[in-house]
Amino acid sequence: MNQTPTYSTYPLRWHRPRVSTYWWLWRWAYLKFILRELSSVFVAYFVVLTLLQLWALRDGPQAYAAFQEWLKAPGVIALNGVSLLFVLFHTITWFNLAPRAMVVRLRGKRMPDLLIAGSNYVAWLVVSVAVAWLILRG
Amino acid sequence: MADTITLEVMRYRPEQETEPTFQGYEVPFHQDWVVLDALNYIKDRLDGSLSYRWSCRMGVCGSCGAMVNGEPKLTCATFLSSYLPGPIRVEPLRYFPTMRDLVIDMTDFMGKLQSVKPWIIRAQEKPLSQGEYLQTPEELDVYKQFSMCINCMLCYAACPVYGLDPQFVGPAAIALAQRYNMDSRDQGTTPRLDLLSQHDGIWGCTFVGECSKVCPKEVDPAGAIQQYKLTATKEWFKSFLLPWSAK
Repeated sequence: MNQTPTYSTYPLRWHRPRVSTYWWLWRWAYLKFILRELSSVFVAYFVVLTLLQLWALRDGPQAYAAFQEWLKAPGVIALNGVSLLFVLFHTITWFNLAPRAMVVRLRGKRMPDLLIAGSNYVAWLVVSVAVAWLILRG
Repeated sequence: MADTITLEVMRYRPEQETEPTFQGYEVPFHQDWVVLDALNYIKDRLDGSLSYRWSCRMGVCGSCGAMVNGEPKLTCATFLSSYLPGPIRVEPLRYFPTMRDLVIDMTDFMGKLQSVKPWIIRAQEKPLSQGEYLQTPEELDVYKQFSMCINCMLCYAACPVYGLDPQFVGPAAIALAQRYNMDSRDQGTTPRLDLLSQHDGIWGCTFVGECSKVCPKEVDPAGAIQQYKLTATKEWFKSFLLPWSAK
């Protein structure tokens, strides 16, 4: 009788599937993450836009009027509308994530997430109202 | 109410095939059966060649993780009734190499787990005669959440960063490092930070956040990583502004 154990002699061949380039398309949570990352581009766009506005302001009333005229173009309005949506999405998603990174303890107890996120929203509101007052007061 | 439910289980037999295939099995449906019960039924009654890992059946050992209908789950805690009328697709954990059927190779994870030095490090151990290192309930509370990890690797299967860059240390290992960093008895923050402040450590994480959503123990590894980033940033500023205080 043959006593030799019949071990497999084939080499280990592990299956390593490639991650698809479109891995983020098949699940809403991943798509939301990619949109949140993409929203940074629009945040940067608003920064550039504000700098251009300040630039025009520096160059005098005529340059500022021309800048305002450019802002009224339908294409620019559409772009700014889309950018606003992305910037709001950016702000809200990051504010909602803030309690995960910021752990504040008071008398040994962790402060509730709502309070951490809420304080960000309150700060946002206060700054927005202050800026709006500064611009719109006349 | 259905009498049976179909499981489509991924089969990969490296000695027979080069690509995985799906095999359908019809198993009895019971309200109180979990996916692992169905896999055990297949193994015992239908096809003894099916390979998968399991042990405790109660969400403690962390060995029965698999993709159930595309989501990382502990098969012992996932009820068949949640997927009526079926079929239920069961695959090995995503982003890990598959050795056979539902069995993945976890060597990479084990190496990473060890690399973060998940134990209490002391600059100088005090003699036994001075007793144990005491800790208040408040000090325990600071890290307790991160100590609940059962190393089930579901968070890795949910993390696209790990999928795209296998060098990334990953959620569970970083959460465990943070567990020890936050332990009042530990003094090993600096050696851990040296490893984890690299690109493949905490900075590799882009805060997708899915690791925390799939965690069966609510460890919140994504939170641990972001908190670690804050610690690393503070340490960097400290060493930049007060270089003479460097260790």
